[in-house]
Amino acid sequence: MSTLLELRGVGKRYDNGTLALERVDLAIGMHEFVSLLGPSGCGKSTALRMIAGLSPVTAGSIDWADKTGDHTKDISFVFQEPTLMPWTQVFENVWLPLRLKGVSRLDAKPQIDAVLDKVGLAQFTHVYPRELSGGMKMRVSIARAMVTEPRLLLMDEPFAALDEMTRFKLNNDTLALWQAQQFTTIFVTHSVYESVYLSNRIIVMAARPGRIIADIAVDEPYPRTDSYRNTSRYAELCVKVSQALQKAGDHHD
Amino acid sequence: MIDASPSTPFLIAARARKTVSLGRFVKQMLPFFVFGLALLAWELTVRINNIPHYILPAPTLVLKTLWDNLGSLMVSWLYTMKITFGALLLAVVGGVALAMLFALNKWVELCLFPFAIVLQVTPIVAIAPLILIFIDSTTAALLLCAWIVAFFPILSNTAVGLRSADHNLRDLFTLYRASPWQTLRFLLVPSAMPYFIAGLKIAGGLSLIGAVVAEFTAGAAGKETGLASRILEASFRTEIPKMFAALVLVSLTGIMIYLVFMGVSKLVLGKWHESEIKSSR
Repeated sequence: MSTLLELRGVGKRYDNGTLALERVDLAIGMHEFVSLLGPSGCGKSTALRMIAGLSPVTAGSIDWADKTGDHTKDISFVFQEPTLMPWTQVFENVWLPLRLKGVSRLDAKPQIDAVLDKVGLAQFTHVYPRELSGGMKMRVSIARAMVTEPRLLLMDEPFAALDEMTRFKLNNDTLALWQAQQFTTIFVTHSVYESVYLSNRIIVMAARPGRIIADIAVDEPYPRTDSYRNTSRYAELCVKVSQALQKAGDHHD
Repeated sequence: MIDASPSTPFLIAARARKTVSLGRFVKQMLPFFVFGLALLAWELTVRINNIPHYILPAPTLVLKTLWDNLGSLMVSWLYTMKITFGALLLAVVGGVALAMLFALNKWVELCLFPFAIVLQVTPIVAIAPLILIFIDSTTAALLLCAWIVAFFPILSNTAVGLRSADHNLRDLFTLYRASPWQTLRFLLVPSAMPYFIAGLKIAGGLSLIGAVVAEFTAGAAGKETGLASRILEASFRTEIPKMFAALVLVSLTGIMIYLVFMGVSKLVLGKWHESEIKSSR
């Protein structure tokens, strides 16, 4: 698998002296679905923000395999909250990334309609965010991230605030989108089960300072359905990842 | 016995709808009813106690005086409106422009915000005589006085609003390489709108108060005078019903300004902001 980007000795020290990340070396392959898993404060979100260019790296470097051009245009971000603009309807929210690039409403419409259809919100184009449920708002957020057809999708605990059923449904929808469009995903989560269900690779991190302590491959085939959650292999992987996470906690204490 | 006829649910629903609309009607009419009662009590108090009109005129006499002097009072009312809305317009333009500068550059805010606070905390009655000395045109001086009172709520609210945009949305705009103008137009201005409108509601009333107070301080007389001058003039002549008539116009103008900005708020925020959404819970 060819590499999309590589973190080389990446560190992050805040102005107040706190060391959030220490010497993180991580290569992300093309079309991978990588989960960053770890306890609170281990720097998962910080790493994601640095990859997105939203927070400067204070040590090391983040290098893209394709060294030409500005790579931030290939990135989309899904936050823990849906982060929608409450003053505009679903259509305008999804249009935003294209609008900022100068794409007119008319030119953007086919793309927006297609992506809203993919996330099951084709009927909700002219609805304000407040009229949607938590799960639907998150779908709009995912649609907004997908409308630019990014090469890299960064997701920062996007389903943490949702109920279990909605979370399962959105897990399946995210996988379906990932398989259909073959972008690379870096997914931050606290959930062992979610990471094993979604990813083909799990990076377990320890806190204070944030660092990688395990890199676990999940070599189960896609498409994955709810029945995968009932397999012995899934249970084995959950145990393995849980043990690594436990070790991360031990490192922390 | 339970009535199982198919029309029962419809009857209950119709009855419930009728109760709701009756409740809404009572809610809307209640303030008018209480106000009417207060006027009636006032009228009866004056008549029963034979209070002379130069001490407290009855509401009917105030109304009659208002009608008899409507032509001249309306000229003054128009002048007060000109000062009020002129000052409000200047406050909106100046307040919003300065708030945007504050949002774009922290140094500008650090340098200029103390001046805005000085303007806010100094009583207008204390500054007005100075302004009237420095500025020849009475209209310009009154405009400036009313502007000083109305300016701060707009500036302060808009500045807070522009800083209140969701930090994740800010990150999103950074990620998508939005220009400062795009960030201002698509993110900061809509985020600041509820704060700006709250400031506008306050500034609307304050600009009227500023206009009236400034005119009192100026003690202006002649053709170009507003309602405050008419109140002063009537006071000098002990025409108390006329004072009340002018006062009624000032109050009605204040209520009108309040209602207009309530409408603006509903129009702009009604579809998305919590402050204007009727809860169905």
